[in-house]
Amino acid sequence: MQIPTRPTYRIFYLGLIAAGLTVSLLVRFNLLSRYGQQIFLFICINIIMTVSLNLINGFTGEFSIGHAAFMAIGAYSSVFVTTILFPAAAEWPKVWAVLLFLASIALAGLVSFGLGYVVGLPILRLRGDYLAIVTLALVEVVRSGIKLTDELACLLDKIHLPALSRIVQKIGGPRGIGQIPVFTNIFWAVAFTVLTVSVINRLLHSSFGRVFLSLREDQIAAEMMGVDLTRSRVLSFAIASFFAGCGGGLYAHTLRYIHPDNFNFIKSIEYLVYLYLGGMSSLWGSIIAAGSMTFLLEFLRMANLQQWRLVIYPLILILVMLRKPEGLFKRDL
Amino acid sequence: MKPSDLVLPGILLVSAGLYVWYYGWLVLAQQMINGLQRGSMYALIALGYTLVYGIIRLINFAHGDVFMMGVYFACFAGNFLLSRGVGFAFWIAMIVAMIGCLLINVLIEAVAYRPLRDRPRLTMLITAIGVSLFLENFLSLDPHQLPFPFNHLVFGPQFRPFPTLIKERVYPLAAGLTISNIKIIDLATALMLMVVLEYIVKRTKMGKAMRAVSYDMDVARLMGIHVDRIITFTFALGGALAGCAGILYGLTYGVLQSPCLGMWPGIVAFVAAVVGGIGNIPGAMLGGFLMGIVETLAISVNSNLGYGVTFLILILVLLVRPKGLLGSPYMEKI
Repeated sequence: MQIPTRPTYRIFYLGLIAAGLTVSLLVRFNLLSRYGQQIFLFICINIIMTVSLNLINGFTGEFSIGHAAFMAIGAYSSVFVTTILFPAAAEWPKVWAVLLFLASIALAGLVSFGLGYVVGLPILRLRGDYLAIVTLALVEVVRSGIKLTDELACLLDKIHLPALSRIVQKIGGPRGIGQIPVFTNIFWAVAFTVLTVSVINRLLHSSFGRVFLSLREDQIAAEMMGVDLTRSRVLSFAIASFFAGCGGGLYAHTLRYIHPDNFNFIKSIEYLVYLYLGGMSSLWGSIIAAGSMTFLLEFLRMANLQQWRLVIYPLILILVMLRKPEGLFKRDL
Repeated sequence: MKPSDLVLPGILLVSAGLYVWYYGWLVLAQQMINGLQRGSMYALIALGYTLVYGIIRLINFAHGDVFMMGVYFACFAGNFLLSRGVGFAFWIAMIVAMIGCLLINVLIEAVAYRPLRDRPRLTMLITAIGVSLFLENFLSLDPHQLPFPFNHLVFGPQFRPFPTLIKERVYPLAAGLTISNIKIIDLATALMLMVVLEYIVKRTKMGKAMRAVSYDMDVARLMGIHVDRIITFTFALGGALAGCAGILYGLTYGVLQSPCLGMWPGIVAFVAAVVGGIGNIPGAMLGGFLMGIVETLAISVNSNLGYGVTFLILILVLLVRPKGLLGSPYMEKI
């Protein structure tokens, strides 16, 4: 088999930067509303999420529907830093605020990575549909865990840790967290998207990333070649979780308000739809499907067909699976 | 008996002990009665999952939504019958719900799953997720905002009362415990249908064919078994059971929240099927009752605990005993 050379996604990077510049200029001269800018930010975030999901579901050949859980963990841990620990961050000097924001996103990624690693160790022993149902379970456990933080605060109060209790209470439980400073702007969204695509592209074409591909192709053969199956599967899961966490952090600082129900099962399905529509194991597919679908579905909202949005997602998923299960784009690797 | 087999019973016993310590025996006993009632619905849905998984190795995500449609069919039929004053309304509504769900499940199989049968298994799973979400969200659309053919097809997102097909009577048991006629009907129906199903699968020719297809589809085909017909039959059985669970749900809770009401019971019932040992009929029943009791107890502690506890049990079972409590010998290695 001929080993393909690493493609450069320079066209994508330049295109995204150009699009970002255009959008920011349009917003600057009041030709585009804040809402238009937000759509652009969501496009970037969805590209990050879909490309990272592609690493697990496409390139490593697992089937996870738990991406929303890591997004939630990322969102809550970055918000924990910028809103709960440092509530006055929005009034800080610009440089410090930006540094804090970057630190919070990094923390979001690292916490998700850690969780992905710890959770991945037991659950990645399962395969196929069992993995699917357990990752679905993960989404629900994380969601109901976040909703239970109020009870945790009560408990902490009872055992005489009022300071800790007050902090935990601010996580909000079923009320969600509001008043999140809007730190995500076009520059950072573009930067993180470029970073994600570039890192995953380089990863897949390194010897380290080839191991992931070998898992998808033939696990027994991979093991014969000395691949540590569990470690590689868990690492791929954790790396994808890292980017999902970053995406979650960006998402929280775009929306200003997050709620545990934002990160439910439907959120995971959204990314599955983008992934399978674009084509498994195709970075271009993920990028284009995530970008165009985000735009189109927002367009439906504008055309007052909002209630059809949730009907159209699953319908697209079913039609893609019935008619073109390999997706719109060919496999890269 | 491995030491890991003791993990799950151990955890359950310790939790039950803590519960008794905090709430007392009486509350535990009453909640267990309530849990058996909830469990009988889970068990009926779990039987459908188990049948379908046993035969084509598919987690039929849409099964919970078939159950939801059963609740709605029963509600419509019940309202119609009560307004006409027809006798035996409960039994007629039950038959209507069962037949309706049977047809829906067969239709879903023919449209969405059959064309994908020789594709990789995950393709079918993703389609099943898609069918489930489609049913939920399509049926939740508001009929007042839809053009002509659609507005008669959807159920609408609003709450609906379920007709009182059977008047609830509460009987006192010993020591302040109570049981109601609806609880007895739920439990009896579930147990009776399990026996009927066990009879069909173990004693009839159709059941023998089902077991053969489940064991090896290709060889079964070579032996002259009409595989497509058997799979349709399996889906029909599962659908009928889900329809029956649907009318029991309406009878028990008396309210239809929205067309998304099937999602959560569907997931719990799947967990129940896995806990009991997927592909195993008494296992699904046992798992259903177990999950019903555990969930009722967890919810009585805190209403947000239900979700988490159910899935923690699933993860534990898959880790320590992937075959399930009464695992079937045909279980593929995972």
